[in-house]
Amino acid sequence: MKRFFVPAAVLVSLALASPAALAQKKYDPGASDKEIKVGHINPYSGPASAYGTIGKAIGAYFRKVNDEGGVNGRKIVFITYDDGYSPPKTVEMARKLVEQDEVLLVFQPLGTPPNSAIHKYMNAKKVPQLFVATGATKWNDPKNYPWTMGWQPNYQTEGSIYAQHILKTKPNAKIGVLYQNDDYGKDYLKGFKDGLGAKAGMIVKEVSYEVADPTVDSQIVQLQASGADTFFNITTPKFAAQAIRKAYDIGWKPVHYLNNVSASVGTVLTPAGLDKSVGLISTQYLKDPTDKAWANDAAVLAWTAFMKKYYPEGSLIAGENFYGWNVAQTMVQVLKQAGDNLTRENVMKQAASLKDFVLPGALPGIKLNTSPTDFAPFESVQLIRFDGKEWVRFGEVMGK
Amino acid sequence: MSRRQLIVLAVVLALACALPFLVSNYRTFQFTLVLVYAIALLGLNILTGYNGQISLGHGAFYAIGAYCTAILMDKFGVPYWATLPVAGAVCLVAGFLFGLPALRLEGLYLALATFALGVSLPQLLKNHHVEKWTGGVQGIVISKPDAPFGLPLSPDQWLYFFSLAVAILMFALARNLLRGRIGRAMVAIRDHHIAAETMGVDTAMVKSLSFGVSAMYTGVAGALGAIAVQFVAPDSFNIFLSIVFLVGIVVGGLASITGAIYGALFIQFVPNIADELSKAAPWAIFGVFLILFVYLMPAGVAGALRMALARWQAKRQND
Repeated sequence: MKRFFVPAAVLVSLALASPAALAQKKYDPGASDKEIKVGHINPYSGPASAYGTIGKAIGAYFRKVNDEGGVNGRKIVFITYDDGYSPPKTVEMARKLVEQDEVLLVFQPLGTPPNSAIHKYMNAKKVPQLFVATGATKWNDPKNYPWTMGWQPNYQTEGSIYAQHILKTKPNAKIGVLYQNDDYGKDYLKGFKDGLGAKAGMIVKEVSYEVADPTVDSQIVQLQASGADTFFNITTPKFAAQAIRKAYDIGWKPVHYLNNVSASVGTVLTPAGLDKSVGLISTQYLKDPTDKAWANDAAVLAWTAFMKKYYPEGSLIAGENFYGWNVAQTMVQVLKQAGDNLTRENVMKQAASLKDFVLPGALPGIKLNTSPTDFAPFESVQLIRFDGKEWVRFGEVMGK
Repeated sequence: MSRRQLIVLAVVLALACALPFLVSNYRTFQFTLVLVYAIALLGLNILTGYNGQISLGHGAFYAIGAYCTAILMDKFGVPYWATLPVAGAVCLVAGFLFGLPALRLEGLYLALATFALGVSLPQLLKNHHVEKWTGGVQGIVISKPDAPFGLPLSPDQWLYFFSLAVAILMFALARNLLRGRIGRAMVAIRDHHIAAETMGVDTAMVKSLSFGVSAMYTGVAGALGAIAVQFVAPDSFNIFLSIVFLVGIVVGGLASITGAIYGALFIQFVPNIADELSKAAPWAIFGVFLILFVYLMPAGVAGALRMALARWQAKRQND
């Protein structure tokens, strides 16, 4: 009897132990001992193809990671498709990645309409739609869409930061707002009003424009006539340049807050006139690799070296390549944290538990934090002011 | 139809019915889009191939059809199948009305007028007066229908069969129309409108009607496409879509009913192949394919097949 008991006991204990042994390595489609398949959709053609270089920078960074041994010994297989910024094509490509290529997750689809088109699908399929490249606030909705997460500071966060700054520095301000009449503009406006809270009455005039409008001249005149002494300018590049120029030309000199969307010196401030742009206030969250202040910064040097080795044809003055390098590192961090438990559920769990993660490319003091109820990685930014030549950072890092 | 044609048709239909059980859901979805494009291309072919009017704005009718369906499903809870006739009717009227003033325009001028329609519509959809219906830039998300009556089909398979049924109906109607009196009148106007008029053809009426019917086909396709993709937004219907439709009918074969199917296969699959060959310049690769097709098959795929068949028959008779 005893002779039978011992092997039986061994078998039983083995049977009990084996689930625990298996639990150490768990895989969903797209992950194995050797590789992790990461899907990606980007506009390499079409109206937004200027952003195509982000996909190439991300691919280059994953090549570097693979050359250095991969993530926990696994190589990243990066599968990237072109959607031409056309939502139906995004749906097709997302389905291809999930159903045919069987990727573990879909990373960084770009643009609000393309991401909206696959939002429901990704969540129904329970496949992570991670670090989408758009600033809309709706990607931070873990309750209804637990498989989707944004990355950059969203429009509402940024809007509320300008509000905080106004409350602190100019509590009696009379604020005029110009916004683009669509979800992007309204998103900013909501964040701004939420930031003002009970003092939303400080807004003396709100005017909007349509993307199809030729100019915003009459709106600027209306704002000046309202007697506003503070101006929150929620416009896309072309209109931002017009607004800056018109306000200066008619002699309206408010404290001028310009949304980050249009904070480019090359495409907005130069056409508006650099002398007319002095004193503008905006925000930043990543270092600007073309800024002389960062010329000897370790992160910018590392990025330059990386670009030269892995993406030599890529531009060293394109912010998109710096962005791609940073967002790819966030992805690698999540995969590292996931360890040997490479299920889709665990990937989302790890993405939602970034704790004070410091990206080398982020401005000093800005850290990434997420939690099961907070799917917005970047929630703090630094205020910047234009001195006639370049943006200068001032004050403390603001936000959460 | 001859006996051989009937056999070919039966084999093709049997293959089309078996297809969703042989390939993955993702491929089934792609073939659903092929059916959708085939209907749209048939619509454009009625106008351009048979009636000789060039349209660079058929993406607009596709968009109107898609938005009709999306708005009816999203705001009014209308079942998906019931939205198709509405989308078709709206586009029929829109196409007919657009066709009336367009009567004064010939050839390239008409192409420009339709181009204007194609470029302006996506922006009009964002206009704040219609935004509460169209959802502005954000568009409208709709849900995918499940198979009815407890049929053991996945939603993708069901939608494929639904689209197949619609496509068969639309193709049968088009065949009847084009083989009949009106079809002959359309071709006569294309070939020599003065001669057609002398023969008693009401040129104005037939041209406007062609425009209306053509728009209706494209609108129905747009409606089906919206259901398959589950999303509509202005960015989905840019001017490029209209150009791609024109490419589709030329590659497939002008003035050919089956050409619409070959053209649809081309515009659905060739861009994907091009994307896989080169990330840097997918449209350059697409261009190479296009030039090859135009050189090797100047009458489109349908024309090339017809010629090959004729040659084969001639050879058999000689032997």
